[in-house]
Amino acid sequence: MVATSHDVMPDIELYQPADEATALDLAARLGNEGWLLSGGQDTYGWLKDRNKTPSAMIELTQIDAWKGVKETSDGIEIGATTTLTEIANDPLIKSRFGLLAKAASVVASPQIRNVGTLGGNLNQDARCWYYRRGLDCYRAGGNICYADSPEGLNREHALFGASRCVAVSPSDTAPALVALDATMVISSSSGQRTMSAQDYFVGPDRDIVNMTALNEGEILTAVRLPNAWANAEFYWEKVADRNVWDFALVSIAAVFKASGNTIEDSRVACGAVECVPRRLESVEDAIRGQQRSEALASNAGELATNGARPLNYNHFKVPLMQNLVKRAIRG
Amino acid sequence: MAYMHIGKDFTPPDVPGKVTGRIKYAEDYTREGMVYARLLTSPIPHARVIDIDASEALAMEGVLGMLTADDVYPDGEPQSTGLKMLTNEPTLVGEPILAVAAVDEKTAETAISRISVTFERLPFVLDPLDSLQPDGADAYNGGNTFVFRQGFAVEKWTSDQVASLRAGNEPTAEPQQTVEYGDLEAAFGESSYVYEGTFTNAGYPHMSMEPRSALAYWEDGKLYLHGGSQSLTAFADGIAGVIGVPKEDLVFVNAATGGGFGQRARAGSIPVYGVPAKLSQKINRPVMMRVTREEEFTIGGARQGLTGWIKVGFKPDGVMAACDLWIVSDNGGKGGGADAYSAADCISVLYQADAVRFRGTAIGTNTAHRGAQRGPGQNQIAPIISPILDAAADELGVSRFDIRKINTPMTGDVGGPQRTPFTSAYMPETLDLAAEQFGWEERQSRRRRTNGSKVIGLGIGQGYHNAGRSGMDGIVMMGPDGRLKVHNGVGNLGTYSYASTSRAAAEVLKMPWERVDIVTGRTDLHLPITSPQDGSNSIFTNTRTFYGAAQDMLAKMKEIASGDLGGTPEDYDISNERVHQIADESVGMTFGQVAARALELGGKYTGSSDLPEELAEWTQISVSRLAGTAFMGVFHDPRHEGNPPGFTVSCIEIELDTETGKYEILDLINVADSGTIMHPKGMENQLVGGAVWGIGLSGYERHLYDPQNGMPASTGYWQSKVPTFLDTPVKIQTGWVDLPDPENPVGARGVGEPAQGSVSAALTAAISDALGGHIFGASPITADMIINHVAGTSEDSKLLAQNNFRG
Repeated sequence: MVATSHDVMPDIELYQPADEATALDLAARLGNEGWLLSGGQDTYGWLKDRNKTPSAMIELTQIDAWKGVKETSDGIEIGATTTLTEIANDPLIKSRFGLLAKAASVVASPQIRNVGTLGGNLNQDARCWYYRRGLDCYRAGGNICYADSPEGLNREHALFGASRCVAVSPSDTAPALVALDATMVISSSSGQRTMSAQDYFVGPDRDIVNMTALNEGEILTAVRLPNAWANAEFYWEKVADRNVWDFALVSIAAVFKASGNTIEDSRVACGAVECVPRRLESVEDAIRGQQRSEALASNAGELATNGARPLNYNHFKVPLMQNLVKRAIRG
Repeated sequence: MAYMHIGKDFTPPDVPGKVTGRIKYAEDYTREGMVYARLLTSPIPHARVIDIDASEALAMEGVLGMLTADDVYPDGEPQSTGLKMLTNEPTLVGEPILAVAAVDEKTAETAISRISVTFERLPFVLDPLDSLQPDGADAYNGGNTFVFRQGFAVEKWTSDQVASLRAGNEPTAEPQQTVEYGDLEAAFGESSYVYEGTFTNAGYPHMSMEPRSALAYWEDGKLYLHGGSQSLTAFADGIAGVIGVPKEDLVFVNAATGGGFGQRARAGSIPVYGVPAKLSQKINRPVMMRVTREEEFTIGGARQGLTGWIKVGFKPDGVMAACDLWIVSDNGGKGGGADAYSAADCISVLYQADAVRFRGTAIGTNTAHRGAQRGPGQNQIAPIISPILDAAADELGVSRFDIRKINTPMTGDVGGPQRTPFTSAYMPETLDLAAEQFGWEERQSRRRRTNGSKVIGLGIGQGYHNAGRSGMDGIVMMGPDGRLKVHNGVGNLGTYSYASTSRAAAEVLKMPWERVDIVTGRTDLHLPITSPQDGSNSIFTNTRTFYGAAQDMLAKMKEIASGDLGGTPEDYDISNERVHQIADESVGMTFGQVAARALELGGKYTGSSDLPEELAEWTQISVSRLAGTAFMGVFHDPRHEGNPPGFTVSCIEIELDTETGKYEILDLINVADSGTIMHPKGMENQLVGGAVWGIGLSGYERHLYDPQNGMPASTGYWQSKVPTFLDTPVKIQTGWVDLPDPENPVGARGVGEPAQGSVSAALTAAISDALGGHIFGASPITADMIINHVAGTSEDSKLLAQNNFRG
């Protein structure tokens, strides 16, 4: 049976903890029944349409410790509930990690960026329209993928990493964090752990339900950007149908250390081509120590899409991804 | 001509309310005892309702009742196309099956979730060509098409015929409709350049910000209905019939409407307004039915998608000799419009071809119901024909501007298969003005200039829609205070035409604007009938009626003055709110005095006798209720002769990035010929709004249904890709030729619809230009299509599916 929209908030408990310990205790106690609420931009649609039915929301935005940008000994730390507008405009981020500022500045719309947070942008669920519609696909606990089928509407879906599900990572900031080699700070009532941004995002082969490594009861509380890539050469580009609202058809985030025209080192990641931000290590290897040239860019573009498995309607992502890699390397 | 009001800016009276948020839309009203209705809509694209078990829902505390199709149609549902209030035979996902009323929305929604509906699933189809296959599914229970006065029918082609069209060939099947004029064969024989190819226009949803929510209650035997409509009295006149309430017992309240888009003009497109009315009657409580955004996108209707084949021939000098057009229309789940015929009519009008043939077949699909959306047909064909003109121009060595000038319609010409003469046509002047203001010639040196992966494209396009009707009524009133009250039933969908048309009455009576009251917003203020506010007609149609009503009042003023002060009516004139003798202005009466005298005299002066015999029933009811209350001018407008056209010309410069498929519109101008301009600011709004919509038509807007289960994917602004502020130029230039039309007393014609078509035509032409003249034969042209074309991976000859992606 096809789901229909309800568009009315159901009865739900709302917790508004003002300190970290209370929030972490609530997250531990409520587990999957406690929906983590920050800017709400990936919350209300789910709940109003009753396609997700948690019994409680834990609002995280009153906890000051999880907001704002601060300098650390090795870089900067950004609280997970810092809004995308704040990130786009933050002087420290703009001056050292302009790549992230730029990525944050093109998320959705100004209104959404004003309330949407970094944590929310990173942790948002898959935007596959079948899944969002409430269908019983693999990701929703069923045993079918409507998008990866002979007639599936899959123009916005994955070129790589299909494993039952072909949804892509929708986040604009995620590939930027992978490129910047960010560290994710994960808190729970039992303590704190960290992991690289690259490891934080998980594909359907590892977890068909969750797109991140967050476990039940855990909260992403901060992101750390190491100085190793501060003030590197950055390239960010997002290609979407429209310049407001839309998720990327393909995006690219790249950081380069160069000496003159020679690329000494780089980290390159694409968004919207796989369920996770796709780190292009083969490209990084191929361009390391090479002089920038049209031929190098072109070869790197070809390399980037090796192994791509287009679906019915997303063949265009192959040349688009190649072009974006070329543009990044051209600089 | 020097006017007091016409051609001058003013602030329409609803603007402060819109700026401050104080103006009320249907959802903003409340009523004591009001309860809430929610809809259960079909989750299946084609089905029959076998059983409804609502026992658990109806037993819930706070649930007051339910309305089903059996309540609405006790004798069975009408077996015809068109939306129904509720149905047991849904032919699209989202069609309303039943409604539940409860004390609040959450309770109603929870109750809905506890209702079990058993459906019999029926085969469904999403593309008309699939339905035409011998074994293709039929969208309706009686077939896949509806023949006027005959009912449902089955239309099938052979598989070879379908495959042949899909391969790009002229259809060989028998069309349902053929219209032609001229000697097509001879005209093609004279042609030295002939273009032939297939095309697809995607249908796409209406985008009204205000959903089709409504509040209804009954008091003293009258139904009070609050809803949003493009029209006011024309809509009320129709919805009374849909609901089954006598016209005199309906009060329709509609002060403002959050977006028309075409299908809010007529009651048949919004029968769902009957749901709260019927529920209210059943449970004896005021009922607010709030329609969700998703429901708005499923019941709000959509533009028809067109799948076609076109052949156009040009003589060596660039004259369009012949156009042969064959279109299969997507009529959606509830029947559709006549877009395809209008497309052929538009080509005939705009390019004055010697011979035109139109052949068409309309086939249903289990998708949104189809009907009028801004420029239905004219605006789909605009982006298809414009690049073909450019290809002909390039091939024949004629400039792209000149080929349009060579073929231009002008005053004295006729247009369309009916060969109807224009009332006036200033397209040549419009072309010249647009080219001059845009600097079209100067920009030619930039054409196809490259900068890395970016390339400049230039496009010029034209738009047309018939822009005027007649045969409606006008009422103006005046009390002893001397204020002019214009009873205006035009409706307020955001174009301010209800105010602009009222200015014709103020002009006749030389009234200061601050002494004029526009009586509108609810029908118990007793308003005259108007034509539905669609088809770009309002300005032409209703300036005629209000001008006429004011002329009637003016004549009566002179009669009263001459009767009291001596002389004949011809001896009198008006100025400064007085009627006075021409020879001696000191001999006269103020308007207030005339109005007071009219009340004493009664009879024809107050609408109690000597009324125009042709007044519509609706107007007669209004006049009868106003009779004797004030001095009245009343008028029935006779029919006009000819076709009053609305024309626009647009020029666009874009910079297209061949590596991303994206483009930036560097400059855009939209210039109109719509007769005398009534309200420059309103005109500018029409041209800018039309431009944004045209950008959507050519570049973005889509209509997606999942082929696996018939489920709509375009159920919101995000998925439907309406263009945003950052997809449109910061500054859109506008202009107008401002030449009067002789069939309108103030010279005015409409412009709403062509304002979109010309921009769509110009943008598509610019994209084609940037890509070396490549003709996609499609709207929209999306980024993926451009990327695939540049990469050489697209199948350019492939006919695109309806209700699916474009790539």
